[in-house]
Amino acid sequence: MTALPPPGDKRLGLVIDLDICVGCHACAVICKEWNAPLSDLDPYGAKPDGVWLNRVHSYEVGEGASARTVHFPRSCLHCANAPCVTVCPTGASYKRAEDGIVLIQESLCIGCELCAWACPYGAREFDRDAGVMKKCTLCIDRIYNDALDEADRVPACVKTCPASARHFGDLGDPGSEVSLLVAARGGYDLMPELGCAPTNKYLPPRRQDERVVAPLPDAAPAGGFLAWIDRLLAG
Amino acid sequence: MRPALSIVVFTTLTGAGYGLLFWLGLGAAAGLLPAERAFGAVSLALAFAAVSGGLVSSVFHLGRPERAWRALSQWRSSWLSREGVASLATYLPALPFAWGWAVQGSLSPVWAACGLGTALCAVATVTCTAAIYHTLKPVAHWSNVWVPANFLALGAMTGALWLAAICAAFGAATRETAWLAALAIVVACPLKLLYWRHIDRSPGAVTAESATGLGAIGRVRSLAAPHTEENYLLKEMGFAIARKHRATLRRITLQLGFAIPLLLLLIAHFSGGWAQLAALLLAAPVATAGVLVERWLFFAEAKHTVTLYYGAARA
Repeated sequence: MTALPPPGDKRLGLVIDLDICVGCHACAVICKEWNAPLSDLDPYGAKPDGVWLNRVHSYEVGEGASARTVHFPRSCLHCANAPCVTVCPTGASYKRAEDGIVLIQESLCIGCELCAWACPYGAREFDRDAGVMKKCTLCIDRIYNDALDEADRVPACVKTCPASARHFGDLGDPGSEVSLLVAARGGYDLMPELGCAPTNKYLPPRRQDERVVAPLPDAAPAGGFLAWIDRLLAG
Repeated sequence: MRPALSIVVFTTLTGAGYGLLFWLGLGAAAGLLPAERAFGAVSLALAFAAVSGGLVSSVFHLGRPERAWRALSQWRSSWLSREGVASLATYLPALPFAWGWAVQGSLSPVWAACGLGTALCAVATVTCTAAIYHTLKPVAHWSNVWVPANFLALGAMTGALWLAAICAAFGAATRETAWLAALAIVVACPLKLLYWRHIDRSPGAVTAESATGLGAIGRVRSLAAPHTEENYLLKEMGFAIARKHRATLRRITLQLGFAIPLLLLLIAHFSGGWAQLAALLLAAPVATAGVLVERWLFFAEAKHTVTLYYGAARA
C-alpha cells in the first residue's frame, strides 16, 4: 500500500554530524558493498555509471575567515511524509508503520522512476540492470539481525564511519541518544519548506568560537639534561 | 528533467487522442456530428490509435514493462495509478460508443450517452496525467496551476484540430469544427505564454543553502561532487538546455503549435474546395508536431531540487 501509515512512535533514522565528517567516502563504499547488487555499467570504461545509495558531497561554505569546507553525506532521510511512497502506482514503495523505514519491494516495482522524481533529495536511484528502483534500507538486514553481535546491529555506514560522524537510533523517542544529540547540537531537517518531514537529522558544523581547545599543558621537564635542552630551545 | 522520448510521445499522443474523443463524445451527444458509419469508424479509429499508441509508448518507459498491470492498484494515493485506471476506464463507454456509431451507424440516445461518458473519462484521464507533474514539489516548473491548464488546453486544441480535419474530409460540419479549433488555439496559446512567463519569473524557492542547511554559515558552493562521472541523478534530473536553444524551441512551438495552424484555419475559412480541405488536413499534424516540441521543452526546461546538491543555486 502506498498510502502512508499513521505516524508511529518509533522513527528509526540517522543523525549525521557535519562538524565531524571528514569526507572519506567510507560510508558510501560500505553501503555499496553491503547492499549489493547495486549494478555498475561500464565500470572500467571511460564513463562508469553505477547505483549508489549514499553519496558524499564536499562544499565550500561562507566567505573570508568564517569560510570552511563541509563534507556532506546524502542518503534517504526516511521522511514522515515521504512523497516517493504516495506517488508509487504499484505499492512497491512503502513506509513501515512499526519503525518508519521507507522500503521498496523490488518484485512489485515496474521501474517507472516516478519516485525518483518525487524525492527532493535524490535518495533513490534506478538500477538499469535490474529494471527497478533502489534505495537505502537503513540496513534493515543488519539492525534486526540476531545473527550479528549486538554492537553490529546498526547500519553499515554508521558501523564503518572512522570518525563517528554517523549515529543511528530512534528519533521518535525524545529520550534516545540520537534525540538528545539533536537537541543539544541544534540538529536540523534538509529542505524543510517542502514539507517531507525527514526523519534523519544533520548536525551543523560548530562555529570557530564554539570549538573548545584546551590550553597545552606545560610539559617542561623539571630538571636534568632534558631541562637543559628545554632552556636552550626556549632561548 | 530528462525529456524521455517515450513520455514526450505518450503525453502528446494521448493529449490529442483524448481531446478528439472528448469532442467526438460531446459533438455526437449534441447531434452536431453525422451518424454515418464511415465517419464514426475513421474518427474513432484515429482517436483509439492515438490513445492506445500513447499508452503503449508509456509502457516502453518502464524498467519492467511486464509488470505494468500492477500500476492499476494504488489509485487511492497515486496519480500515475489513477491515470492508468482512468485511461482503461475510458474504453468502457468508448467501445460501445464506437460500436453504436461505427458498426450500427446510430447515435441514438443510448450511444450518445456513451459518447458523453467517453468525453468525461477523457477529461479525467488528461487531468490525472497533468496531476502527476503538478503534484511533484521538487520541480517548481511543474508544481503550478499552469501545468494542468496547459495539458487540458493543448489536448483540447489538438483534438479539435483533428476533428476539424476529419470533418473537412467528410464534408460535414466543416465550418463549425474549424471555428471550434480556432477558438481552442486562441485559448491554449495564451495559457502556454502565461506558463512560460510564470516559470521565467519564479526561479524556484529552494536554495542550495536550504538543501544543505548550511545557510547560517554563508553561501554554499560545490567543491567536489561525489563522483567524477555523471550519475543517474544528473542524467535523469540534471538535464539542462542552453538558453539560446530554449528561445528557439519556444519560437518553434509558437509557430508550429499555434500560429501556422491558426493561419491554415483562416485560409480554410476564406477558401473552399481543395484549398480548404488541404488547409484543414494540414493544420492538425502541424499543431501536433508543435505540441511535441512543446512537451519536449516542458521536460527539458524543468529543474529538480536534487541539482542543488550538484552546484545549482536555486530550483
